[in-house]
Amino acid sequence: MQATVALAGNPNSGKTTLFNELTGARQHVGNYPGVTVEKKEGTYTHRDFLLHVVDLPGTYSLTAYSLEEVVARDYLVNEKPEVVINIVDSSNLERNLYLAVQFLEMGIPVCIALNMIDVAKKRGIEINADKLSKLLGVPVIPTIARTGQGKTELMESAAHIVQARKRYPALKISYGDDVDRAMLTMEEEIATNGFLTDTYPVRWIALKYMEKDEQILNLGRKLNPELSTRLEAMVQKVSNHLLNTLDTYPEAMIADQRYGYINSILKQGVIYQKYDPNRLYSSDKIDKVLTNRFLGPIIMLVVIAGLFHLVFTYSAAPVGWLESFFDWLGHSLYTILPDGLLRSLIVSGIIDGVGGVLGFVPLIMFMFFGIAFLEDSGYLARVAFMLDRVFRIFGLHGSSVMAFIVSGGIAGGCAVPGVMATRTLKSPRERMATLLTVPFMNCGAKLPVFALLIAAFFARYEAAIMFGITLGAWAGALLVAKLLRVTVIKGASTPFVMELPPYRMPTFKGLAIHTWERTWQYVKKAGTVILGFSIILWAMMTFPVLPESNMAEFESRRQSLLDSVPGSVRAELQRAGTGPGLSGAALNFQKQLRQIDYAEAEAGLRHSVAGRIGTALESVSHWAGFDWRTNIALIGGFAAKEVMVSTLGTAYSLGEVDPEESGSLSMTLARDPGWSPLMALGLIVFTMFYAPCFVSVVCISKESGSWKWGAFAIVFNTLLAFGLAVLIFQTGSALGVLLS
Amino acid sequence: MRINLRQMSDNQAGTIAAIKVAGDLGRRIRDMGMVPGTAIKIQGRAPLYDPVALRIRGATLTLRNNEADYIEVEVDD
Repeated sequence: MQATVALAGNPNSGKTTLFNELTGARQHVGNYPGVTVEKKEGTYTHRDFLLHVVDLPGTYSLTAYSLEEVVARDYLVNEKPEVVINIVDSSNLERNLYLAVQFLEMGIPVCIALNMIDVAKKRGIEINADKLSKLLGVPVIPTIARTGQGKTELMESAAHIVQARKRYPALKISYGDDVDRAMLTMEEEIATNGFLTDTYPVRWIALKYMEKDEQILNLGRKLNPELSTRLEAMVQKVSNHLLNTLDTYPEAMIADQRYGYINSILKQGVIYQKYDPNRLYSSDKIDKVLTNRFLGPIIMLVVIAGLFHLVFTYSAAPVGWLESFFDWLGHSLYTILPDGLLRSLIVSGIIDGVGGVLGFVPLIMFMFFGIAFLEDSGYLARVAFMLDRVFRIFGLHGSSVMAFIVSGGIAGGCAVPGVMATRTLKSPRERMATLLTVPFMNCGAKLPVFALLIAAFFARYEAAIMFGITLGAWAGALLVAKLLRVTVIKGASTPFVMELPPYRMPTFKGLAIHTWERTWQYVKKAGTVILGFSIILWAMMTFPVLPESNMAEFESRRQSLLDSVPGSVRAELQRAGTGPGLSGAALNFQKQLRQIDYAEAEAGLRHSVAGRIGTALESVSHWAGFDWRTNIALIGGFAAKEVMVSTLGTAYSLGEVDPEESGSLSMTLARDPGWSPLMALGLIVFTMFYAPCFVSVVCISKESGSWKWGAFAIVFNTLLAFGLAVLIFQTGSALGVLLS
Repeated sequence: MRINLRQMSDNQAGTIAAIKVAGDLGRRIRDMGMVPGTAIKIQGRAPLYDPVALRIRGATLTLRNNEADYIEVEVDD
């Protein structure tokens, strides 16, 4: 038997944990069609049935409050999964059943997972699952997602629902006389006109009209404006009546009655609570410290700084191993392959390019692991809570924190999901300000650039510089957000009502899966976009090749050098090759020869397409101390920031012929006289703020609904970044600091 | 005594009497479990005294002071 099962539930109900427990490694992440909400799918097999499991976004309700709610609702209506497993937090039953009731109102086959039953028990809450099942008319299975307890029974009962093929009549709750009466008339109208009934149940359409649900109203107005107007008038009539008599609104009435219904069920011996539900538990006691007026912010800074320290300390060794591996690989192929364009393509284009990016995989893994830990433990919600007041000052929202953090607020995210995460923000203005400023955060792709420059010039202050970079990105993003909110996106602020989930120890499995997903996304990007771009860049840096006359000139210089050395040295070289133990004269000769090669390669690069662009830009970029190589790298960084590393790698290995000298790129930079710590610092700042990568620009345009904003991000950010870099370089040069 | 939520002090308990707001904010407030008749208790406030955190139906919710203004609470003595 095969069927589709949708997992639904409130955020923090253990939905994702259950999903991981059910599907294990057999899952994949995609997007819901047309929108950017993440869609996780997987399979669960047991005995003779194979269930296709879809993890719906976590929601509190099925209104059209957020995009997540609309997506979950649309999925249920359009894809018609055979059964919905509603995961409810047993320690928070009353609130969680609010969503369950809405599924029942839609007439969807539901199976309830009474999750975290162990936590409930610890809190002195006892739940009679059988009784609840009988009263709601759907199976109710106690589960503990963390240990997998109850999952087999749960899936069996879901499979049973599929096999029974029973019709589930939509739950009819009384929403009070006035609303009920109006709804009856509306239902008749809807049914006789076949109004939206292809997609939605009749009573549900009436209900959504009563709730003034924007999505349904818009659909209705388009389909049948005349009927829609009539329905809206009926709602308005009830609305006026309720406001006059009870000083309330139909939507409020409906919500009240839903909670009333839940309460009436729970009171029939379903739940027994030993203590006051609002008594404080260990989690709340932890909050007394972690969100304390004085200790809270200090601890927050310590946690974030500590995360950096751990990530950098523990990832250093594996990063080193990978670097040496790619060095070794490039070197080996260099010796094996014959001289020519193919060797150049493979070693300089592919291995240096992709290897430079893959070398940082361990760093990204550790970073995502840390972020996932903070998120799953519940601490990130506290960060939003503590910072909301601050964010509001800058015209943003406490929830902007998530978008900023996903984008790399704790270095190592990605602006693409960050821009997408702004969809949870309801206010168009705060959302716009957030999505235009999240690219300033230090995404995972900028990390390799920073790591490279830090290793080359600030190796001793690694943690301190990274910390500074993070604070700098935040300061820049917030100030720019404020600037935008008082200029191009003016306007008032919107609701901030959210839950602080209890602190929980994250499961290793959940963290591992999350880390793997993110890392894999990064690796895939390295393997596809970056590989392609490395090759294009290599071509840009190789073609057009130097004209014959120039090459002949270098050749003649080589020849004259060769002619000038004594025969004994030539004989020695032929005998010993390049190995150690050569005489001083021979070594000197080799060095001179190398300088010619280097000059030729540099001339070749300057002659190439990329060189011409980079050189042309030098007339402006010299104000920030950037030479044409850096300019090429920055152009490459527009495709994806990490390409800067591979571009610099390619640029330098082309200019450096002797394979014995192909040490790591950071050592090359540190040795290069064209670089100074001051210029590196300017470049770090420029990298932080300049144009978002191409993918982000596309997302910004899509999310903001206009290419105008994408273009704005490119131009505005680059000008800002250049201004800052020039400021740093010129001030530093004038003061004579960090020059060597 | 009936006061609005903003005026409640830390650890003070009461019962929601009315929510005087419609639209998105009203809907969000209700979806999160705040309806008239619900017992609440102020858990604390963020370091900058805003937003406020409260216990409700065994969970902790947070909302801004200017949102708390719409919620009227019958406080326990």
